[in-house]
Amino acid sequence: MAQPASVGRRSGDWLRDALPKLVLSPSLAIVLIFVYGFIFFTFYLSFTDSRILPSYGLVGFENYDKLFRLRAWGIAVDNLIIFGGLYIVICCALGLALAILLDQKIRSEGFIRTIYLYPMALSFIVTGTAWKWFLDPGIGLEAVVHSWGWESFTFDWIKNRDMAIYTIVIAAVWQTSGFVMAMFLAGLRGIDNEVLKAAQIDGASNWALYRRIVIPQLRPAFMSAFVVLAHMAIKSYDLVIALTNGGPGRATELPATFMYSYTFTRNQMGIGAASAVIMLMTIAAIIVPYLWSELREKK
Amino acid sequence: MKNLKLSLLVTAGILAATANVATAEDVEVLHWWTSGGEAAALNVLKEDLESQDIGWQDMPVAGGGGTQAMTVLRARVTSGNPPTAVQMLGFDITDWAQEGALADLNILAGMEGWDDVVPEALQKFSKYDGKWVAAPVNVHSTNWVWANKAVLDELGIAPPQTWDEFVAALEKVKASGKTAIAHGGQAWQDATIFDAVVMSTGGPEFYKKAFIDLDPEALGSDTMKESFDRMSVIRSYVDDNFSGRDWNLATAMVINGDAAFQMMGDWAKGEFLNAGKAPDQDFLCFRFPGTQDQVTFNADQFAMFAQGPEVGKEQAALATAILSPKFQSAFNVVKGSVPARTDVPNDAFDACGKKGMADLAKAAGSGNLYGSMAHGHANPAAVKNAMYDVITAHFNGEYDSATAVEELVNAVEIAQ
Amino acid sequence: MAQASSDTAVRTGSATRFIIYTVLIVFCLYYLLPLYVMVVNSLKPLDEIRGGGMLSLPEVWTLAPWGSAWSTAQIGVEATGLKPYFLNSIIMVVPAVAISTLLGALNGYVLTKWRFRGDTIVFGLMLFGCFIPFQMVLIPMARMLGLMGLAGTVPGLIFVHLVYGIGFSTLYFRNYYAQFPTELVRAAMIDGAGFFRIFQRIMLPSSGPIAVVCIIWQFTNIWNDFLFGASFSDFSSQPMTVALNNLVQSSTGVKEYNVHFAGAIMAALPTLLVYVVAGRFFVRGLMAGSVKG
Repeated sequence: MAQPASVGRRSGDWLRDALPKLVLSPSLAIVLIFVYGFIFFTFYLSFTDSRILPSYGLVGFENYDKLFRLRAWGIAVDNLIIFGGLYIVICCALGLALAILLDQKIRSEGFIRTIYLYPMALSFIVTGTAWKWFLDPGIGLEAVVHSWGWESFTFDWIKNRDMAIYTIVIAAVWQTSGFVMAMFLAGLRGIDNEVLKAAQIDGASNWALYRRIVIPQLRPAFMSAFVVLAHMAIKSYDLVIALTNGGPGRATELPATFMYSYTFTRNQMGIGAASAVIMLMTIAAIIVPYLWSELREKK
Repeated sequence: MKNLKLSLLVTAGILAATANVATAEDVEVLHWWTSGGEAAALNVLKEDLESQDIGWQDMPVAGGGGTQAMTVLRARVTSGNPPTAVQMLGFDITDWAQEGALADLNILAGMEGWDDVVPEALQKFSKYDGKWVAAPVNVHSTNWVWANKAVLDELGIAPPQTWDEFVAALEKVKASGKTAIAHGGQAWQDATIFDAVVMSTGGPEFYKKAFIDLDPEALGSDTMKESFDRMSVIRSYVDDNFSGRDWNLATAMVINGDAAFQMMGDWAKGEFLNAGKAPDQDFLCFRFPGTQDQVTFNADQFAMFAQGPEVGKEQAALATAILSPKFQSAFNVVKGSVPARTDVPNDAFDACGKKGMADLAKAAGSGNLYGSMAHGHANPAAVKNAMYDVITAHFNGEYDSATAVEELVNAVEIAQ
Repeated sequence: MAQASSDTAVRTGSATRFIIYTVLIVFCLYYLLPLYVMVVNSLKPLDEIRGGGMLSLPEVWTLAPWGSAWSTAQIGVEATGLKPYFLNSIIMVVPAVAISTLLGALNGYVLTKWRFRGDTIVFGLMLFGCFIPFQMVLIPMARMLGLMGLAGTVPGLIFVHLVYGIGFSTLYFRNYYAQFPTELVRAAMIDGAGFFRIFQRIMLPSSGPIAVVCIIWQFTNIWNDFLFGASFSDFSSQPMTVALNNLVQSSTGVKEYNVHFAGAIMAALPTLLVYVVAGRFFVRGLMAGSVKG
C-alpha cells in the first residue's frame, strides 16, 4: 500500500492528518452524487413508465424490450463501433504521422502547429454549417471540382446512406487530430535523442529508428490519446446534429443522439434511460479495465 | 419631529405605490422565434405589454423546430423555475396540461369570446379537459405548393388540380432539364409531403383514421401503400442532392428558377418576399393537387405555466394581447401564417395570405381542417417520430412501399 | 528546454524534406478549409451566397454582416446582436475555469503527495465521471439545482461546469505532480511547513505548464458548451453559444448565412485567441505532464 508522506510524524495533530482528505472530500462527494447518484437514478428510470417527465410506476424490462426491437438502436450501436473505431485509429495514426513530420526541425513549426490545433477550439455549432456546405455535392467540394473541369469527380458521401457515417469521421478527425498530434509531439520531445543519435551511428534506417525506438516509447501518449478520443467518440452529439441530424434517413444515428431523441424529442424517457444504461455499461466495460491496469501499474 | 413624521408618511406612500406596480410582474417568455422577421414581429407583443407596465424577459432557445426549447422547458420545470409563458405546439400542450402544469384561462376566454372566433379544430389543442390552457397565435397551413411562375409559363404549365396533372407537369419540367421538385431531405420535410399525399390519395376521412385515430387497419391498407407509391413518384422528380438540405435552400432553388415546385408550409413565403419576389407575379401558391378543399395545419400557441391557483395578471394580459386582432394581423403578415382567429380583417395580407385566410375559414366551416401529422398536430410526439422513421426510410429507398406499410403499423404500435 | 536539441529529427535528404513540407502544407489546407469557408462567406452580401460559389472570394466585399451579428441582428425579441451575451459567457467562464483549475491542482496534490488507503480508487471514480454522457444528467441536475436554489443562475451554471470538469482537471494535475520530486515535499515537511504552505510555496510555482493545459481544456469546453448553457440558464444568463444557436438555428425564419458565419466566428474568437496565444505553451505543458506515465 502506498505510504502517506506524513507517516512517522507525531500523532495527535488530527487536523494535520485529516486535512488532505478534507480537501479532497468535497470533490469526491460531488462526484458521488452528481455522477454515480445520477447513474443510479437513470438506472431506476429505465424500469419506469416515464414519458415526458420522470414518473415512478415500475414496468420491469419493458423499456429494454422495446429498445432492442427498435431498428434505430441497432443502427446507432453499429455506427458507434464504425465511427469510434475509425475515429480513434485515424486520429492516432494521423496525429502520430504529423507529429513525426513536424519534429524534423521544420521552419515556422509554431505557426503550423497552431493551424493544426485550432479546430479543437471550435464547437460544431460554429463550424457545422461550413462543414455541411463543404460536404454537400451541390455546392461544396464536388461542385467546385466540377467547375475546375473534372466533371466525373464525385463526392456525395453525405447524401449516401452507406457512406454518410464516414463524413462524420472526416469532420471529427478534423477537429481532434491536431490535438492528438500535440500529445504525440510532446511525447517525442520527451525522448532522449542521444539514444537516437547512437542508433543512427550504428546505421539504423530512419524507419527502423522510429519503429523500434521512438514509437514504443510513446506508449503513455497513446494511452492519454485513447482516453481523450474514446470520451469524445462516446459523447459525439453536436457533430452529428450539425452535419446530418442523423440522416439520410437514420443512417448516422449514434447512441448519444438516440438517447437524446427518445428522452426529449419523443417523450419516451423510459426508453431513453434504458439506452443510457446500456451505453454506460458498454463504456464501463471498455474504460474500467483500462483504468484498472493503468492505475495499478503506477503503484 | 413633525417633519420626520411627514417624511415617514411620504416614504410609506411611495413604498405602497411601488408595491402596487410590482404586483403586475414581468413575464418570462420561452420561445423559438429567435431570428429575423419573426422575432421582430414578436416585438409587437413585447411593446404592448410594456405599455401596461409589464416587463418582457426574453428566453429564446432555437433548434429543431422547438424541440430544443421543449428540452429546456423540462429542465426549467424540474428545477422548479418554469418560465411564465411558453411557445408550444399541438400535443405538447396536451402533455403539459396532463401534468397539471398549465394555468386555466377559462374566465378570460369566456370574457373575450375565444370560443366563437377560434376554429374548433384548433381549440382541440388550446383546451384541455374543457379548459382553455393556451392562447393560439397563428395557423400555419402545410399543404401548399410553391412554384416559380416564369418556369411554369415558359413550359406552358397551369397549376395542376389533380395528381395526374401534377405528374404530367413534373414530367414536363424534368424533360426541360430543370429540377421538378425542390426538396430538402430531412425527416420533417419528407413527412410534410407525406401529409399532403395521404390527404390527396385517401381523402380527409382516411387521413383522420390513419393519422389521428391511428387505426391499424387504415395504416396497413392499400390506400396507404398507394400513398407510399406516390411518394416514390415524387422522389423520382427530386434531384439527387436533396438529403439534409435545409428547406430554405430548397426554396432558393425555386426562387432562382432552378426548380419548379416546392411543397412546404406557408413560412416559405417569407423567403420569396425577402428575395424581392411578388406573389402571383413571380411565384405562385396553390394547394397540393387533390387537397384544394382541405387545410392541414399546425399552430403556435402560448401556454401559461400555473404559478398559483389563479392565472396571473400578467399572464392574462399576455394572453389578451396575443389574441388581439391587431397583433394577430401584424404578426402573421410577417410570419407568413394566417391569424388563429377567423374574424381578423385581411387588408394587410398579400395575395397568398388572403388566399390562406379564405381557405382556412372555408375549411373550418366545412370540417375540412385537420391537424398536420408532420408538425405534431395529429398524434403525440412518440408516434409522430415513429412515423417519421418509416416515411424517411422509404423516401431514401430503404423500404419498398409494401415494407413501409408493414413497418408503419409496427412502429406506431411500439410507440404507443 | 531548447527546441533544437529536444527534437528527434532524423537525417533527411532535400527530396525527403520537400515531401515533408508538401504534406505539412496540404494538411494545413485541410485544417483551414472550414475556417476559410466561414470567413469568405461572412464577407459577401447575401445575394452572392444565394447565387452559389461557396469557395469563391466575394465579388463585393462587405463588413455589414459582422456589424449586424455583433450589434443589430435579431436574437429573440430584441435586436441586440451577440454583444450582450458575450459578457454573460465571460462572467460564467472565468470563475468556472479558475475554480476548477485550482480544485484540480489541490486534488492532484493530495492524490500524489498525501496518499492514503484507497486513493487510486477515488481517482478512478473521478476519472470515470468524465465519460458520463451529458444528455443523461440533464433532468436530475435540474432537480438538484432547484433544491440548491441555483436554478437559472450564473453560479448554478458555474457549479455544473465545475462538477463535470473535476475528472479531467484532476487527471492533468495528478499526472503532472506524480513526477514532481516527493523529496522536496518531505524536506519542506521536516522544516515544519504545513499542507497549504507546501502547496502554495512549492507546488503552485512549478505548475505553470500543466495549468496552461488545464485552462485551455476547461476554457474551450465550457465556452463551447451549449446543452448546459441552454438548460440551466434563464433570460438573464444565456451564454454566447445559446445566442449563436438562436441566430443560426431559427427554423422557419429567413436565413442570413453571411450574418450567421460572422456570428459564428465571433463566438469562436475567445477560444481561438486562447489557442493562438497559449498554444506554444500547450505542447510544453503536455510534455511536462499528461503524456508521461
